Amino acid sequence: MSENNSRRGFLATSAAALAGLTLAPGIRLVEIAAAKPDHEPVTAKVRWGMLIDTTRCQSGCTECVSACGKENGLSEVTKPRTDAQWIRKIDLKELKTGRALSLPMMCQHCAHPPCVDVCPTGASFKRADGIVLVDRHICIGCRYCMMACPYKARSFVHEPLTDQNPEVPRGQGCVESCTLCVHRVDRGGTPACVEACAAAGGGNGGAMLFGDLNDPESAIAKRIREVKTTQVRADLKLDLGVRYEGI
Amino acid sequence: MVAREIVGAASAAQGRLKPALRLLAAVALVGLAGFAGAEPGRTPKPSITIEKPGQCVEPTDVMRRDHMKLLRHQRDKTMHEGIRTKNHSLNECIACHASQKTGSVLGKDGFCQSCHDYAAVKPDCWDCHQPKPGLKAATGVKP
Repeated sequence: MSENNSRRGFLATSAAALAGLTLAPGIRLVEIAAAKPDHEPVTAKVRWGMLIDTTRCQSGCTECVSACGKENGLSEVTKPRTDAQWIRKIDLKELKTGRALSLPMMCQHCAHPPCVDVCPTGASFKRADGIVLVDRHICIGCRYCMMACPYKARSFVHEPLTDQNPEVPRGQGCVESCTLCVHRVDRGGTPACVEACAAAGGGNGGAMLFGDLNDPESAIAKRIREVKTTQVRADLKLDLGVRYEGI
Repeated sequence: MVAREIVGAASAAQGRLKPALRLLAAVALVGLAGFAGAEPGRTPKPSITIEKPGQCVEPTDVMRRDHMKLLRHQRDKTMHEGIRTKNHSLNECIACHASQKTGSVLGKDGFCQSCHDYAAVKPDCWDCHQPKPGLKAATGVKP
């Protein structure tokens, strides 16, 4: 066992060293994944967030939605009023000028989440690193959180499920929403939608950027420092983890 | 019936003997009950098949008695603190204990179900958790 651990440790260290190769000051070959050891709890030193560049998001492209469905075992949306949707594409048009844009909308991972405020059982909660989740072991399916969410981000599972991804347990009678692919993030990965968006964007990168808002050196923190980004319904003062550029 | 007669007789006799006789009667009753229980075929026995022999994460007696406590503790740690160690993780239990025939811990001879059926305990893990290891959902979403 200890042999295994040390081997793993060695591999991780060498991978990190390789990823940390600096091409130019401030530009790394690959961003070092901020993977925490499995036995350590998440801390508030990290605040996970996402930046969506609506100027690059194509109308009609649904790669992020498909990737989310595949990763989290969501079935095809045939009944939009009741089927679970963790992320959805929205097309907007300003009537006066005709300016149109497209963007993905999902749980905004608020710092002050209304869904947590209203939850009567404590099932809806915010993790120390800013990811808002539903603990299905405690959820009683009252759906108060669905009503409280200004972003229509949550879904209720109406029917029994059988084809769950082992890492994403889901079941009838509970409310659920985007988890920022917490099972991937905890292992140093990125959400499935971000990965799919980057792949769809070819070599140019995607419209979605995921990272640690608290780390001043992270790509997302640098970007939001440089360009004007918007929180949807900023008037609610919820301090969102997901920001949009170009709306 | 026999026991009541004995106790009745005992109460007629000296008070000092009463507790001893009561104990005797109780032992006799338990013996009878034990005999009834031993009748073959009345009670289905759990079929516990260990397909991957080796040491479990805890000693067998601890696992038999306390596996639910370990799972519950780990569940809260994982859900709320993002601790994803493998030792007491449900997915790791499933990965090791799933039947090679059905690929699941459920089913008549499934590691989890056969014993819980015997103990008349219905765990609700499977309302949400996947009883087959390594399954990747094949469904893709089309908006």
